[in-house]
Amino acid sequence: MEKQEYLEELKKIVQPYLPDDVLIEAMTANSHFINELNINSANLVDIVLDVEDTYDIVLENDDIEKMLTANDVIAIIESKKKL
Amino acid sequence: MKARVVVTGLGVCAPNGISLLGFCESLKNGVSGIEFNPQLAELNFGCQVSGTPKIDTKILNKYFTKLELRGLKSSGLMYGVIAGVEAWKDADLYTDRTGEVDWETGVVFGTGILGVDKFREAIHLIDDKQTRRLGSTSVIQTMASGISAFLGGRFGLGNQVTTNSSACTTGTEGVLMAFDRISQGKAKRMLVGSCSDSGPYVWGGFDALRVLARNSNAFPEKASRPFSASATGFVPGSGAGALVIESLESALERKATIYAEVLGGAVNSGGQRNGGSMTAPNNKGVQRCITTALKEAGVSATEVDAINGHLTATSKDPVEIMNWSEALDRKGSDFPYINSFKGIFGHCLAASGSVECVGTLLQFKEGKIFGNINTEDIHPEISQIIAKSRIPHKTIELKPKIIAKASFGFGDVNACVIFKSYPD
Repeated sequence: MEKQEYLEELKKIVQPYLPDDVLIEAMTANSHFINELNINSANLVDIVLDVEDTYDIVLENDDIEKMLTANDVIAIIESKKKL
Repeated sequence: MKARVVVTGLGVCAPNGISLLGFCESLKNGVSGIEFNPQLAELNFGCQVSGTPKIDTKILNKYFTKLELRGLKSSGLMYGVIAGVEAWKDADLYTDRTGEVDWETGVVFGTGILGVDKFREAIHLIDDKQTRRLGSTSVIQTMASGISAFLGGRFGLGNQVTTNSSACTTGTEGVLMAFDRISQGKAKRMLVGSCSDSGPYVWGGFDALRVLARNSNAFPEKASRPFSASATGFVPGSGAGALVIESLESALERKATIYAEVLGGAVNSGGQRNGGSMTAPNNKGVQRCITTALKEAGVSATEVDAINGHLTATSKDPVEIMNWSEALDRKGSDFPYINSFKGIFGHCLAASGSVECVGTLLQFKEGKIFGNINTEDIHPEISQIIAKSRIPHKTIELKPKIIAKASFGFGDVNACVIFKSYPD
């Protein structure tokens, strides 16, 4: 899958967790989930579960700690898919 | 000097109405909120009827964001938020979520147990070794103080934010906790209430204790029978009630609508002695709670126009009437009017006190004493103490000045609050 396609899918996953004053259009592959998109850190837990369900993968604690931007998530998904 | 305290907002999410208007109409006209509960029947409960607020996705969307609704399974939290938001709006305090912190306003919102359905989901996941899949809201939906935390955050409240728990006295006790805090000048305003989850996991223990009505499954509306000779137990209910309580000074300053004044009250325990136990009241304790409440309120027993009792429709109803009669030293046709809303919506457990306080206070606004239902056959031990005319079958026109509201609970705990019409 192209990176752009991943990003569009991740936007759909992330959208419900954005605060009211942050628009999903503002999300790029490099936006920091917490510092830039102002997502509540507790909700990263839910984003991880949604990513797992969407791509049928299991993320390890190490993966989760590295998941700061959409780019990070895409890299992790790609590496899991290769396995 | 102690600050005077008044009630300026009411909200409910009850089996017989989830708007104040609908709830009030039901009480006024004696329309039951109790229905057959297929889930209880499927699970072989002795009691297969219940009183449950009728909420759906459309209603929830009005009170929660899409994000808040994700994985939301705590019914008590849903009811509490609906009642709390409605009370806040009714008090004309509603703003969006971006306001400054209000350091002078707090929350006391009680519950017996919160989020049992969410907890059940968590138990299954954990037992399946899937703890990591609990999601982010398992804690906030199942911690008892989840409801007060939720409401405090919604309105930006910066005074005490807490959850009390004292079985079926919870809601009435909360009113007195808020009263104390405001009268002592520690807060200007408090959002008070209580909530109770729906469902078999909350009610099962009561079914096992054989204290639920079990012979009226085919007649749900007849099942809850306070005062009645044919009462066989209470009908389990759920929901939430909420009140905005504030200093008279603050209410007058912002020209708020005042439902009534809270004169004071008392909470105590019978200590599980003298016939009192975990599940039965020490009559001395109950009477002492009532007389202390009157003393604290500066009201004589002869001034009480009406009582909203605890009266759950178990075999203990005659004992409660005896306790009121002894404590007030009034009997026969000299006894105040007395009602129990549980005939209409059942026993909402931890939510009962707050839901019933809301109903009690609506009587001041309406200038009425709401009628009882299912009281065709008054228990003979009750009619020996008080005249049947004091237990109105239909709503009567009477502008009450003083109403006493009491709740009693497991653990031999008692709470009694005295409300007065405002202005006189």
